[in-house]
Amino acid sequence: MNGLQVVFLLAALVSLFSAVMVVSARRMMHAALWLVLTLMGVAVIFVTLQSSFFAVVQILVYVGAIAILIIFSVMLTRRVMEDHGDQILPGWRAAALVAVLVFAVLVGFLALWQGFTTLLVELPSDSDNLLELGKALVSPQGYVLPFELASVLLVAALIGATTIAVDRKEEQSR
Amino acid sequence: MIPIAWYLIFSAALFCIGLFGALARKNAVAILMGIELMLNAVNVNLIAFWHYYAQIHSRPYVHGLAFTTMVFVVAAAEVAVGLALVISAYRRRQTPVVDELTLLKG
Repeated sequence: MNGLQVVFLLAALVSLFSAVMVVSARRMMHAALWLVLTLMGVAVIFVTLQSSFFAVVQILVYVGAIAILIIFSVMLTRRVMEDHGDQILPGWRAAALVAVLVFAVLVGFLALWQGFTTLLVELPSDSDNLLELGKALVSPQGYVLPFELASVLLVAALIGATTIAVDRKEEQSR
Repeated sequence: MIPIAWYLIFSAALFCIGLFGALARKNAVAILMGIELMLNAVNVNLIAFWHYYAQIHSRPYVHGLAFTTMVFVVAAAEVAVGLALVISAYRRRQTPVVDELTLLKG
């Protein structure tokens, strides 16, 4: 077992444990903070896959934006639910059964694939891939259309989010 | 020198933990956290398969990376709209618990 494998196993264990804490923590604030740890563990996993660009994007987008947004929503929606009482539905055993079954089926089918035990060796150079990705995202033969659609989607999501979350009562009193 | 199986099993486990969270939690924000975990598991899978294909073709291979970028964008858009919905529902009904949002129930 070499160093990279140790790093992978540590990151995987930390993120899986904190993911379990995300779904089982009684206090929503703790769940949100465990989510940050999970996302950082997944960023380390991206690094072991030689995809350091996506590790940085993961930190910036998920930890920097999405986790902060989630923490804000937790704080904005906690007046009634003072974190006491059960945070899990009564039928959680069925949900756990479904999750375990999905896991077993996924791993079972993946194990049938012949490339399942392939060792991922080091790619020639990491920056080359990033250069190609940047070119492909703006080239008409590549992904310029999905790229532009993604920007339109983001603008639509921003406008939609502000429209949905705006306080109507303030408008009426004005 | 990590087998691709480790990545696939890890992301399957992360996906199933997120699935459990999305199914079993009461709080709408916690359900969104479960969905975020599932999307992250999908990203790990996409990057692992991108690495696999770049390795067996031994040339730069950008399609997996472009797909992952799109998943990131959609995840960001989804969580923005989802949390806006949760806050809007909370403002009207004073609860983030999805079981108590029964306005559409017949």
